[in-house]
Amino acid sequence: MEFAELIKTPRVDGVVLHRPFLPTVEGTLCLTGHHLILSSRQDNTEELWLLHSNIDSIEKRFVGSLGSIIVKCKDLRVIQLDIPGMEECLNIASSIEALSTLDSVSLMYPFFYRPMFEVIEDGWNSFLPEDAFKDLESMTDEWRLSEVNKDFSVCPSYPPLVAVPKDIDDETLRKVATFRHGGRFPVLSYYHKKNGMVMMRAGQPLTGTNGRRCKEDEKLINATLRPGKRGYIIDTRTINVAQQAKARGGGIESEANYPQWRRIHKAIERSNVLQESLIKLVEACNDQSHNMDRWLSKLEASNWQTHVKEILTTACLAAQCIDREGASVLVHGTEGTDTTLQVTSLAQIILDPSCRTIRGFQGLVEREWLQAGHPFQQRCAQSAYSNSKPRQEAPVFLLFLDCVWQILRQFPCSFEFSESYLVLLFEHAYASQFGTFLGNSAAERAKLSLPEKTVSLWSWVNRHQEIERLTNPLFEANSLVIWPSVAPQSLLLWEDSQYIDVIYITIIIIIIILFTISKKYYYDINA
Amino acid sequence: MEFIRLPKVENVKLLDRVSPRRSRVGTLYLTATHTIFVENEAGVRNETWVLHSLVCSLEKQAATSSGYPLLIHCKNFQVLHFAIPREQECQDVHLSLQRLSQPESYEELYCFSYKPNVDDEERQNEWDFMNLKADYSRMGLPNAHWKLSPANRNYKVSDTYPADLFVPESATPPVIVGSSKFRSRGRFPTLSYYSKENHAAICRSSQPLSGFSARCLEDEQMLEAILRSNPCSDFMYVVDTRPKLNAIANRAAGKGYENEDNYSNIKFQFIGIENIHVMRNSQQKMLEVCELRSPSMSDFLEGLESSGWLKHIKAVLDAGIFITKAVAEEGVSVLVHCSDGWDRTAQVCSVACVLLDPYYRTLQGLMVLIEKDWISFGHKFSHRCNHLVGDPKEVSPVIDQFLECVWQLMEQFPCAFEFNERFLITIHSHIYSCQYGNFIGNNQRERIQVHQRTHSLWSYLWTNRTDYINPLYRPDHSQTQGLLRPSTAPYCFKFWRGLYNRFDQGIHPRQSVEDYLRTIQEETQQLEEQLASHKQVNFKLPLIMDPDSDEAVYSARGSNDQTLPFQPSSSARINLHFFFACGVFATHTLVSKCLL
Repeated sequence: MEFAELIKTPRVDGVVLHRPFLPTVEGTLCLTGHHLILSSRQDNTEELWLLHSNIDSIEKRFVGSLGSIIVKCKDLRVIQLDIPGMEECLNIASSIEALSTLDSVSLMYPFFYRPMFEVIEDGWNSFLPEDAFKDLESMTDEWRLSEVNKDFSVCPSYPPLVAVPKDIDDETLRKVATFRHGGRFPVLSYYHKKNGMVMMRAGQPLTGTNGRRCKEDEKLINATLRPGKRGYIIDTRTINVAQQAKARGGGIESEANYPQWRRIHKAIERSNVLQESLIKLVEACNDQSHNMDRWLSKLEASNWQTHVKEILTTACLAAQCIDREGASVLVHGTEGTDTTLQVTSLAQIILDPSCRTIRGFQGLVEREWLQAGHPFQQRCAQSAYSNSKPRQEAPVFLLFLDCVWQILRQFPCSFEFSESYLVLLFEHAYASQFGTFLGNSAAERAKLSLPEKTVSLWSWVNRHQEIERLTNPLFEANSLVIWPSVAPQSLLLWEDSQYIDVIYITIIIIIIILFTISKKYYYDINA
Repeated sequence: MEFIRLPKVENVKLLDRVSPRRSRVGTLYLTATHTIFVENEAGVRNETWVLHSLVCSLEKQAATSSGYPLLIHCKNFQVLHFAIPREQECQDVHLSLQRLSQPESYEELYCFSYKPNVDDEERQNEWDFMNLKADYSRMGLPNAHWKLSPANRNYKVSDTYPADLFVPESATPPVIVGSSKFRSRGRFPTLSYYSKENHAAICRSSQPLSGFSARCLEDEQMLEAILRSNPCSDFMYVVDTRPKLNAIANRAAGKGYENEDNYSNIKFQFIGIENIHVMRNSQQKMLEVCELRSPSMSDFLEGLESSGWLKHIKAVLDAGIFITKAVAEEGVSVLVHCSDGWDRTAQVCSVACVLLDPYYRTLQGLMVLIEKDWISFGHKFSHRCNHLVGDPKEVSPVIDQFLECVWQLMEQFPCAFEFNERFLITIHSHIYSCQYGNFIGNNQRERIQVHQRTHSLWSYLWTNRTDYINPLYRPDHSQTQGLLRPSTAPYCFKFWRGLYNRFDQGIHPRQSVEDYLRTIQEETQQLEEQLASHKQVNFKLPLIMDPDSDEAVYSARGSNDQTLPFQPSSSARINLHFFFACGVFATHTLVSKCLL
């Protein structure tokens, strides 16, 4: 298919762009296969380059012959384009609509994008499971890297290599896979160096209504327990939801079959509830009535911050079991690809200082989200403004980033990165020139040959200029476990703040003073 | 001392509100001025001191296994939960504290027994530190349009007004007196803030005694004089900060609001800030939300909404913005009043001043502003803050709301204020503590005697100003200069946990950016000082940048074989590594980046 077929009017002059908090720009609007471009054709005015895939929905308005298109983006920006001429406006609108809703992955921009920067380190090779395993090997010999899923046949959403207890052979893993939702048998998520405790994650056990049992499953997870010690199973569903899952073949680990494990149920919401919540939150933020009661009741009704609180609470619980109780933990919900990953990745932010560095955080996103099979493409297909019927969209990853932001605000000196890094990841998860967040699993990414055909986001981020931009000037390595507060008074609404910029500038001023001091020395010496 | 029935109770438990496991056992002492809890824990001597004047309410609860609970709510939002072993002891402590925390006469207040180690002359100087006349001359007054009026020298015209007042040049004594007779409590229109640049002024008064149809020629002349003192404009705003219904209701009592037909060229405007009773109840509800034990997000947000607190804060700020726009953008003078002109009027005028004039965003400026619009203009601190036992209906957190408005602005403009949150909280605490003489009494006339025997908070704050400096303050920033234009979208208003949950350690950020920056700044200053002193001894130090390493290498060469002249202490958190890693060129890029 040619993109040109979809572009009826490739160029319109005299278009006026309105953006919140920025001056209006008048210029020429161009449509290409992947971008909407507005250029004023003057020096030093910013051009707008907007990926079609970033467009969540559009609205048309007409006043006389002047048409306006309101473009609502997945990154939550709203912009308005005033286009002279009814026909041009309609053409542009229908082109944008068609181009922003292309279904085929291989037509996405990452497959066409060629980097304008020198790739020093190929991000596709930066976080290989075998490298991560080498770190693990240096700490313990109780684990091995299994190739049982080499061809993605045992678990389609797992990567080819997974860490499992050393004494469990591949045959056992295959059997366990048939007992866990989506074949997601328990694998290692995190090893707590301080006390040797581990966190594992899995899909729900497929006990069904008959209380099916799988000895191999019991053997696998028991292999991670120290003699005489008990472990915790954190189920991210309420007990009721978990019980109901039995009717659909799912279920819970019964006390009888797992006597060494204590099961704790938490209530983290999933899928369409979260999507609804995001839509309501964004709507509340865009409410123009400026009425305080209305804002607070809408904010409350959106439940967004309730989700943040629940996720953080559960992550703290997991971290507490490992660090304070000295127990191993298994985390799962239903599929084990959403709430489970929120909990396991946040627990690592709390426990492991290396996850709070720029590179370590990439590793975490790579391990616990991309490799672990979070279906980014399904979850991020639409954002808060979309009019089309939601399918499997849910801001699961955005909520994770929000939770990280909450911890960052409570420990502003313990993270190597600033909040711009989180914003960047949010934007690229929804629309990007990079292939990192395409596909729903390692298997799909392999099938699409993403490493060969697209550029990795990490290749771009891990360059000196970008790192510098994303660095938190207040960072001071903190080797401790950081326990965030989850009281409602402690949780804030994540709004785009200029606060960090201000701090950054202050630090720079201090640097200038220091610089002047050293220069004075230098001149004194030479004089 | 005669009120203390029991000076000491042993084995008292201080319960932790959030986690009962963290409760502590110790001894409770009652002194003439403080309640002191001393922890028994071996080795540590943790003490909790609470001023009697900060105690807001006492509550005995039903006996539990750990004893007889006594709950103390403080005016600085501290909540202490004691469990006392015996019923009689609890009863005695309760009765003693009840009396001690509700003084019946000014003489009993803490400020008269607070004797820091300063002699009397110094004490006098403390009071001279604050000079309102200096602020008026800073505004350029007196000038051709405004003069200092002696009319209220003996508090004869209005006993709740200050002695020194600025009135329009053309306002004659008969006009002033006539106008004052037509205003509640004689509070005639007078100047609060004057803008040198465009001659627009903010004036304040109480409501007119207009009833349904009464007029007063002198009052009309007074407003005419205010209008004429701003040669650039042909009308002025009269802002009634009350909701319209309240103002109308006042007409039945012979009070009310200005009739546009009777005054020449005024534009009349209602703003709709609620009265002191609504505010008191609202804060009470909000505090109940703060005290909930492990609330859910919904409990908290619903509670916050139904308290209406943030709505009221927004209303005050909105009113301030209205006036600011009139003065700065339209160049039009404004007369602000409410009922008596000492609560909402004080809030709105002072918020407008903070928005208009960068001076009021400095440490000294905020103190001057509180002195001017609150203390001198007769905000009834002793009634509103319940300094003495009195009518509970007179109590209201009007000044809290002003401080919170300033805090909300600080959140939006982090580099526009010279002072930090701690400054606001310290002021808040001392407004209620009665430790200093500044806020004692309800107006200037009542306060004359107080100054001779007490200390001044302003001087204390100024002496300790390093504690209150905002490290992010940048007076040269474009956003900082001139008018502040805050957003009043509801989501810009935050819950001020730093004040209302101040004593709940667990919920605050565990690391403070501000402390971090302050440490760096202090140490930078030390470096500069060391540099200066080393220059004096003519000590030469070559600074060598090792090209193979990010880190700077210092080496002391020369005849004098001293150790390194400066080395960041281990506590010094200056990230020299980061600094030198940037390198000279990188630093330049950064500088140009931030200048752009």
